Amino acid sequence: MSFNDALNEAGAKPAGKRPYFLEPQVERVLAITMSLAQELAVAHQRADTLERLLKAKGVLVEGEIDAFAPDASASAERQMWNQEYIARILRIIQQENEAAALSDDVASGEMADDMVRDAD
Amino acid sequence: MAETKRPNSPAASYDGPPDYRVIGRHGVFPQTSHDEIERINFLAQMNRHLAARVVPGVKAAYDARVAPAFAAAHGRPIATRHEARKAMLEDPAFCTWSALRRMTMEQRQQAGRWTVIRQREDLNARGKALIEGDDRLVLNPALEIPRYVSAVDHHCMPGSYHREYAPDDFTNGANYDHAGFVTTGGLLGKYSDGGGHAVVQWVKKNLPDFAPKKILEFGGTVGHSSLPLAQAFPDAELTIVDLGAPVLRYGLARAKSLGINNVRFVQASAEDLTGIFEDGSFDWVQTTMFLHELSTRALRNIFAESHRLLRPGGIVLHVEQPQYAPDMPLFEQAMRDWDAFYNNEPFWSRMHEMDLDAEMERAGFDRAKIIHGGVYGVVDREIFPDAAEDNTEDYGRKAAWHVIGAVA
Repeated sequence: MSFNDALNEAGAKPAGKRPYFLEPQVERVLAITMSLAQELAVAHQRADTLERLLKAKGVLVEGEIDAFAPDASASAERQMWNQEYIARILRIIQQENEAAALSDDVASGEMADDMVRDAD
Repeated sequence: MAETKRPNSPAASYDGPPDYRVIGRHGVFPQTSHDEIERINFLAQMNRHLAARVVPGVKAAYDARVAPAFAAAHGRPIATRHEARKAMLEDPAFCTWSALRRMTMEQRQQAGRWTVIRQREDLNARGKALIEGDDRLVLNPALEIPRYVSAVDHHCMPGSYHREYAPDDFTNGANYDHAGFVTTGGLLGKYSDGGGHAVVQWVKKNLPDFAPKKILEFGGTVGHSSLPLAQAFPDAELTIVDLGAPVLRYGLARAKSLGINNVRFVQASAEDLTGIFEDGSFDWVQTTMFLHELSTRALRNIFAESHRLLRPGGIVLHVEQPQYAPDMPLFEQAMRDWDAFYNNEPFWSRMHEMDLDAEMERAGFDRAKIIHGGVYGVVDREIFPDAAEDNTEDYGRKAAWHVIGAVA
């Protein structure tokens, strides 16, 4: 089926070893980031297309989006969306900060070892 | 006429690739959704940004940091392009640009392949309907793909020009055709044929009495650069030879859909066409941006085949990026070498330092009859950027080429 073929093959590695220019961990994250930047551009252009179509059909008037002022309820919803969005993206920083404040945190593998010793 | 542009309007100050939607479509062109088009637009702008706004920083870093550090460490300046490239690998400006440029190419392949593979069955059916039973396509399933094509996939294009994923497959032809815009940014025009039109313009100007009847193009893939030759000489028959079945199938379907019928597509290695074409059977042998994807031995074989196949007085022309002349700065040479090392174009580096005049002579051409010239991509300038006026240097990718050829 084409969809599954596309999932498997669209991002296939070309023959030939891949060069790395940065620390591999950094380059991996940058590659993921650039794909996200691409998808953000796509989403932006889609919203722009929608606006232009709505204007062409007379649904939206020039300047209406820039002049848009949400009421208190809509404003709260929108700002909460921003807060939730940022918290999702920066999850790892939250977790690293929480970890830094702990003195007795333990890794699951260490616990597993403890549990083996528990049986003794 | 282009619409009048108001001063200070975005259209008046815009300098960059056109929207992908200006691209020319045909009967075997894949369908592209809104978001797929915007993915291509983004990637074309990424390449533009890297060339126009990031490369100057790489050059500045070379002058200010890389070259002085090398000189201090070695007690002499950088002497070769390989030393320049290796020294730049120690510098963050070159590495960051390189990582982004490589990623943009990988994203381009993924974007283009997604579009084509998701509609593969429909595309293959459309293509088949256009070419079924047509004797202008001659495939050879037993053809062995040489190592210089099979070992690394050129410009990171998975499966290169030859891999098939289904019977009568068009996939890799369609990917190569529809998303090449990412790399060229429109510099090759509506049908990615600005290179072919440039060759025709050069021939008509420099060889005004040349009236070929039999034209052969080596490595013509889907016919981007080839079809303008068939259009310019409608009484001639153009034969395109390539290793890859998917690009040849796609090429014939594309040509027919565009109303260009004086073309044939033959799957064969241009290194040895004995048994397929007789000695002296062509008036014109052409290659366009092809030599750099060969090997030293293959280039010599192909030069020799071009000599064998031309009638006396026939013309061979090779269009390529410029050679590494001694007056080309080492920084530029190293940047142009990037594709050889980091974009799966392994022969690019060696090919661009070869003495091509000597190779032509070795193949049997008379040194006194060797031709040199230069051409720029020829495009509809109302819509597409003009390479001759574009000051952006995207090393090795600009539509500005050298011509080397000979009269047989």
